[in-house]
Amino acid sequence: MNITQLLFWFLSVMALFSALMVITSKNPVYSVLWLIMVFFAISGHYFLLNAQFLAIVNIIVYAGAIMVLFLYVFMLIDVRKSSEPQKYRWIRLAGAVAGGCLLLVLVAALRNIDIKNQLAEVKTGNIGLIKNLGIELFTNYVVPFEISSILFLSAMVGAVMIGKKE
Amino acid sequence: MQNALELVYWIPLLPLLGFLINGLGRRYLSKSLISIIGCSVIFASFILSCWVFMEVKGGNSHVAEYFNFISVGKLIIPFAFQVDALSSLFLLIITGVGFIIHVYSTSYMKEEKPEHFGRYFSFLNLFIFSMLLLVMGANYVIMFMGWEGVGLCSYLLIGYWFKNNDFNKAANKAFIMNRIGDLGFLIAVFWLIAKTGTVTYADVFANVSKLNSTDATVITLLLFIGAAGKSAQIPLYTWLPDAMAGPTPVSALIHAATMVTAGIYMIARSNVLYSLSPLSMNVVAVVGLATAILAATIALKQNDIKKVLAYSTVSQLGFMFLALGVGAYSAAVFHVMTHAFFKALLFLAAGSLIHAMSGEQDICNMGGLSKKIKITYITFLIGCIAIAGIPPFSGFFSKDAILLSAFENNKILYVVALFGAGLTAFYMFRLLFVAFTGNFRGTEEQRHNVHESPASMTIPLIVLAILSIIGGFVGIPEVFMQGGEKLNEFLAPVIPLKTEHLVSQATELSLMGLSTATGVAAVVFAWFFFRNYKRSEAGGLGKILENKWYVDELYGKIIVNPLNKLGDFFNSVFEGRVIDSIVNGVGKVVNYTSRQLRLLQSGQVGNYILLMVLSMVLIFVLQFFLRK
Amino acid sequence: MPVNYYIFLSIALFCIGIAGVLTRRNAIIIFMCIEIMLNAVNLMLVAFSKMHHLKNAAVDATAGSDGQIFVFFIMVVAAAEVSVGLAIIVMMYRNIHSVDVNFLNRLKH
Repeated sequence: MNITQLLFWFLSVMALFSALMVITSKNPVYSVLWLIMVFFAISGHYFLLNAQFLAIVNIIVYAGAIMVLFLYVFMLIDVRKSSEPQKYRWIRLAGAVAGGCLLLVLVAALRNIDIKNQLAEVKTGNIGLIKNLGIELFTNYVVPFEISSILFLSAMVGAVMIGKKE
Repeated sequence: MQNALELVYWIPLLPLLGFLINGLGRRYLSKSLISIIGCSVIFASFILSCWVFMEVKGGNSHVAEYFNFISVGKLIIPFAFQVDALSSLFLLIITGVGFIIHVYSTSYMKEEKPEHFGRYFSFLNLFIFSMLLLVMGANYVIMFMGWEGVGLCSYLLIGYWFKNNDFNKAANKAFIMNRIGDLGFLIAVFWLIAKTGTVTYADVFANVSKLNSTDATVITLLLFIGAAGKSAQIPLYTWLPDAMAGPTPVSALIHAATMVTAGIYMIARSNVLYSLSPLSMNVVAVVGLATAILAATIALKQNDIKKVLAYSTVSQLGFMFLALGVGAYSAAVFHVMTHAFFKALLFLAAGSLIHAMSGEQDICNMGGLSKKIKITYITFLIGCIAIAGIPPFSGFFSKDAILLSAFENNKILYVVALFGAGLTAFYMFRLLFVAFTGNFRGTEEQRHNVHESPASMTIPLIVLAILSIIGGFVGIPEVFMQGGEKLNEFLAPVIPLKTEHLVSQATELSLMGLSTATGVAAVVFAWFFFRNYKRSEAGGLGKILENKWYVDELYGKIIVNPLNKLGDFFNSVFEGRVIDSIVNGVGKVVNYTSRQLRLLQSGQVGNYILLMVLSMVLIFVLQFFLRK
Repeated sequence: MPVNYYIFLSIALFCIGIAGVLTRRNAIIIFMCIEIMLNAVNLMLVAFSKMHHLKNAAVDATAGSDGQIFVFFIMVVAAAEVSVGLAIIVMMYRNIHSVDVNFLNRLKH
């Protein structure tokens, strides 16, 4: 087992465990912290796949900006008060069972797909480098890129409009 | 100038317009406006028909396709009109006689309330429309549409006075009897589609080679069942006498001149098919002749003037079927035409008579009317002479053409038919003598009220009387006039001309003499017996005849009663136990499941997502694991 | 690494996200679970992009880079979505003093 595989397994276990903790923690603040762990683990995967640009962006945007946003929201609202009552236990059970079923079905369905034995390039390959993606982004994808700025603008305006008091 | 044949669609369209205007506006239009609209559309159709007739006479024929009516797979049924010799002749009869009867109706029905008056005229127009559709259609499906349409109008008009439940029953009877026949027609059409893949006349007749003899026999027999229903032949004839419940002009138009001849038209139209099956021809001939004799015997003892005329119609239709059965299609069509004239005349004259007698229909209560209502009497007399087959009135020529064809085909048929012709003359003149001669037998009040009808009723009578006299000359036999039998020549494109004459001219002449002698003898007998009619109780055979051979009772016993019993059984047991429980059960199940399903609509997003995920799982399972 | 490892990892993460959405009723947690699902998809896209690159690099030097561009745009949209979504949650809290989605049962009426 070389170092790459070791890293892969480590990051995978970390991602799954953190994700489970996200959905099982009682306190939402802990959930947010565990979610940051998930993002880090996934960024690690990106590094492993030599997708450096995405790894960085993932940390900056998700772990940085979005999670901070979440924490700000917790600051604004009283989390304690909204702790969940313990009724409807069966519906939680049903949710867990449904998720499990979906997992089972998908795994069973994809167990024998024909790309099963193909390899994903790790550690090498330079498409994920900032330079290459940048060229791609500002040549072929420049129009969507610019449109996404309009999306951000409208999201900003929308958030302000919704958050405004009356 | 535009060719008249391009405008044929206006011929049925105009009566349809009249129907819509009168039907929708019957509460708002005045009676005079209704009659003007009702008559003028038919008159316009008549003018167009004349024009079309002239074109067709010049040797044109025309198939106008308007749109695809039904298009399923390989089967394409166009909505098309076909105008040729046969249909143009029928167009003339329908619109011509129809117009005369419309005019007559305006005064016959004038005591009705405006909205009923409008209803009457809209039905009458609708009837003309359906009848035109029937004869103009270029395929069996269009014909069937018209066929059903006239059946419906017949039903509506028989039950015109719907407050009288007996009349409603008569209407139902007519409709149901017709349905039996229609089923035969429908199956025949399906059979044709299955075997030849088309219902258009031209294509069917071009493809008759695809039919083997069994097919041809079955199809033609089924068609004949349809014709027997519509044209009141054994065993489906009993509706026609009851149909006299409708207003008299309706009886004249629908149940004498036009609708009941639809069966003749259909068989004449399908003559190519019938020629393939000698068996069917024989069946048609024998049934026709049997009907002719049976109805004639019944007519001998009926006292209701309209009933006598109704049975007479059945009997004459029987003669027409006899002609069809022996292959004399053009003779049958000829008789349809002359019969339309003199039978419409007889019915209208009877209507005038009934009018004069303040609604009395029983001839036993009439008598001695010849002096008081002269025009009615004379026109009625002309009608009687025409139907009795005395030369040179129209009935003579057409009936003689039938008898001659029967003679050429089979001597026995001829003898029986001749007997039937004698009976016809006898019962018609019995009617005439009982009603018009001798002493008046009605009440004093009726005697006081006897009056001649207004001009709008007598003029149609006179017109029809003239037509009854001269109408026969279009088919005058060649024995009398070189280049006669114009009608056969005219119909030649549709009905193949018979080239060889099987009998010599001398035989033909002597046959004519024989039938004339029979007719005259019958008239003399009638004069002898009924000049001074007194009512007497009939016995023996007379009683059986008076009761119409008990056919209605027989049908009641063997068909209606068991059906009623079965219906009772189904009503009490099947309906209550099975159907009700199924219906209620369905309701209960739906109620219960919806009550349960309602719980799913909790309004909570979580539940919806849960359901969504479960459905996704289900779809994946179906997609990946159960696909094989 | 064989690509199906990544597939199963992504599926597992995705299903954890779904289970979280189904079991939790706190709107913010549900939101976080949606983020987990988005990340699972992203990971899968990147893995496929690299698989594609390995196979077609000889033909096309930039083969597979579209996959990573997609991931980038998903992140863009997710960021916009989070900003609006959190604004809605704050608004909801302000109105009903709770972030429990079970109180949001207006759909029933």
